[in-house]
Amino acid sequence: MSAAAKNPAQPLIVGAGPAGIRAAATLVAAGLRPIVVDEAPACGGQIYRQPLVPDGRDARARYGSEAPKAKRLHGEFAALQDKLDYLPNSLVWNLADGIADVAMNGAHKRLVHDGLILATGAMDRILPVPGWTLPGVFSLGGSQIALKAQGCVIGSRVVFVGTGPLLYLVAWQYLKAGVKVVAVLDAAPFSARVAMVKALPGFPAIVLRGARFVAEMMMKGVAFHYGINKLRFEGTHRVEGVSFEVRGKPRHLSCDGAGFGLGLKSEAQLADLAGCRFAFNERDRVFLPETDEARRSSVPGVYLAGDGSGIAGADAAELSGERAALSLLDDRGLAVDRARVGLLERELRKIFAFRTVLEQSFPFPAHWIADLPGNTTVCRCEEIDVSTIRDAADHFGIVEMNRLKAVSRVGMGRCQGRVCGAAAAELLAAATGQPISAVGRLRGQAPVKPLPMSFAELALPAIGEAAE
Amino acid sequence: MKVDVAIIGGGLVGCSTALALRQKGLSVALLERGFCGAQASGTNYGGVRRQGRPTEQLPLAQRAHAVWPKLKQLIGIDGEFRRTGQLKLARNEAEMASLEAYARTAASTDLQLELIGSRALAERFPWVSRDVAFGASFSADDGQANPRLVSAGFAAAARRAGVAIFEQTPVLGVSREACGFLVEAQGKPAIRAMHLVNAAGAWAGPFADAFGEGVPLGRIYPSMIVTEPMKVFMTVNTGVEGGNVYARQVERGNCIIGGERGLARADDADFSRPTGSAVTRVMQRAVQLFPLLKGAHAIRFWSGTEGAMPDKNPVIGASRTTPDLIHAFGFSGAGFQIAPGVGEVIAELITTGETTTPIDAFSIDRFSVDAALGSGAGVFPQSLQSRGT
Amino acid sequence: MPLLYRVARQNEVPIRFMLNGRPCEGRRGDTLLSAILTVEEQLRPSDFTQEPRAGFCQMSACQDCWVTLQNGDRVRACSTPLADGMHVMTGAGETA
Repeated sequence: MSAAAKNPAQPLIVGAGPAGIRAAATLVAAGLRPIVVDEAPACGGQIYRQPLVPDGRDARARYGSEAPKAKRLHGEFAALQDKLDYLPNSLVWNLADGIADVAMNGAHKRLVHDGLILATGAMDRILPVPGWTLPGVFSLGGSQIALKAQGCVIGSRVVFVGTGPLLYLVAWQYLKAGVKVVAVLDAAPFSARVAMVKALPGFPAIVLRGARFVAEMMMKGVAFHYGINKLRFEGTHRVEGVSFEVRGKPRHLSCDGAGFGLGLKSEAQLADLAGCRFAFNERDRVFLPETDEARRSSVPGVYLAGDGSGIAGADAAELSGERAALSLLDDRGLAVDRARVGLLERELRKIFAFRTVLEQSFPFPAHWIADLPGNTTVCRCEEIDVSTIRDAADHFGIVEMNRLKAVSRVGMGRCQGRVCGAAAAELLAAATGQPISAVGRLRGQAPVKPLPMSFAELALPAIGEAAE
Repeated sequence: MKVDVAIIGGGLVGCSTALALRQKGLSVALLERGFCGAQASGTNYGGVRRQGRPTEQLPLAQRAHAVWPKLKQLIGIDGEFRRTGQLKLARNEAEMASLEAYARTAASTDLQLELIGSRALAERFPWVSRDVAFGASFSADDGQANPRLVSAGFAAAARRAGVAIFEQTPVLGVSREACGFLVEAQGKPAIRAMHLVNAAGAWAGPFADAFGEGVPLGRIYPSMIVTEPMKVFMTVNTGVEGGNVYARQVERGNCIIGGERGLARADDADFSRPTGSAVTRVMQRAVQLFPLLKGAHAIRFWSGTEGAMPDKNPVIGASRTTPDLIHAFGFSGAGFQIAPGVGEVIAELITTGETTTPIDAFSIDRFSVDAALGSGAGVFPQSLQSRGT
Repeated sequence: MPLLYRVARQNEVPIRFMLNGRPCEGRRGDTLLSAILTVEEQLRPSDFTQEPRAGFCQMSACQDCWVTLQNGDRVRACSTPLADGMHVMTGAGETA
């Protein structure tokens, strides 16, 4: 038996949002000392993101109704500091065979680990539309982070457009911050919202809060339009307005800032590099890493928690983080509270059912793809437009996403298709007459985010560092 | 389906062969287990160089050299081929001596090389670190191209020319019949062909084996890095003697850097991935050699699966056991430049029975001991796994 | 007209930095992105067509806000804290 087998390496948690924090707390409670690697300077993830310096606003002002959860998680993680190894400002850029390659302060570190919990979170889901790259158009998540973490707003007369609960939440938060919210433009038809009735018995607080946001905004003169089509951000050097159609009628609104997002998408690149099997998710029209109820992936020792393995929100992230950690403990032969396991899984099932209702209420407008003008930028990194993608697929006879990338450069830039991958898949499916599930997905490639060429010169000694 | 020629493998060799055969009027079916150009042909570094090749490859390389500037006419795109020149750097006396020796050998061939001393190197290529490199050998007529486009371009051109291309179609069995070959592929009706070309790259082993021609074909996984776009400074395709780092910059500004090898993926051995330790070593070497890279970011690493022979020469030519069978595989990490020439040569072999380009050094029976590994003519391969390293 | 407006930290300690050779002022606690976009209406030209860009996701995901520091280092503006005396260049493909 090798030394490593007698004395297993530390478990590794990637991400210090709600899922990562709960996972860490659970492992620590069982006597393990996890390593927690997180890109941010402070814990909380995007949802409970902390400012760089105190800015005079209290948790209530920053996180609204979620303030108690934010404070509890920040406090809980702070209390764990001497029981785990926390690497903030650090990027896991590659995973393979029980080793994580980490870029930290411009230096390179290799972490051996035994047990890996991926809690990598989510970002906005996007379909490109004309003008979406203009300065002043930010993702909904970005609009919220500017306000929450930086105390900045994205304009003085702002339009929020897209769909999903975040659309209404961010618009309301901007209104509360004193910003003129010109309009909320929802891609989903109002009729889709009746699905929310199904969620009322199980999650009355959330449903009623949404209704209250809308009512308050209407009272303050915010315009609402539903089922919008042919969205276009306008402006020469920056966003100056939005145009769109409602029931076939063209409309235009002026603004100096716009928040745009169509729900959320999982950040699943590390699961891919870890070798996890992916499956197509019909509801979200996306490939996701497979996970069972115990949050085990297809790879032994790799567990998936939080929005990184399917969008379910911050409360589910906490539950799945804890559940993933319990599976890790179980697989190490450590005692696990079965009643707790049952409770976590029941709660998660409830939330997942609620998410399905939300997706029905705020459906992703895949049909927008058909209306996109050929010169619409799809890949903002490589600046590849709709026509280039369609022409490349046609010229080279392409039917699969990675081949599309090879011949058109879509998804080949700094973000590696994070932002445009879903749209490119919709375009390829439409161009080839295939279902979206048939065109596949862009394979994850290291580094998951850009790495400074010079970082390799500085190799850091560290906990559990792998020998070359 | 009945065709004159069936080709196994949709890489650059298979597709350029298919195109050349169609141009001579033959009917061609091409079977590719994945997607055309998705493996070594499309994932390699993109160096289009004769310099540094063993002398026995130079006639073939010279033939291919004439094809590259004509890509636009041949396949409809130029594949970003640029005759930028290729610079091979020496980092010490021994490496310089090796470059000088190679230049002496090449002097009797069509490859024109210019030896460059320390001062001229600094003047002409100021972006190369003087601390690391002090001499070089320059091949002005070599260059670079985009493998993703060239490989896909040959496949698309072959398809447009009338080649029946079947992607995602693994070949399950091949056998010699009284007249020609029977090719059985997954999900497709049997194909009967007068000639068979084994251009299956890293997967070619079983198809040689099936005709009693076992070969010591291994696999290598060359590992690449690409940076974000930078102002263009690297004007030529650049490598070092010994080859553990090489780099070129494309017109859009990205630098492509190679060196070291990746590994097969644990979840799918047909695909490979770079390793963290190897790419960091290459990044280190690249930054030392090209200091302007220091501020840039690497945005993507990749690797591809390539067939490799122990002597680093490919297998090209007629089968020694089976009439009308031709092998072309095992390019050992240096197939990109010569592939369009190989396509022409194989088309010649099939249509005339001979070729004007010497290829004897690449004969399949040069591995006399290993030939005994063959499992007998006409036997279907039990598995498509090549004997690998 | 800038892209971003402050609703907090208006009276925080000023931090001076240089933006393409021009002296600018941000606040303690700013990211580079906030510091730039509270004084400018764009962040950088895009790499290939020089279209104006100003970031998008503000959460280190879209990679659309890379800028160059005077020492040649490239940094992502939305995840880099502003520091006193930073010299920021935003031209496409700047490499020091």
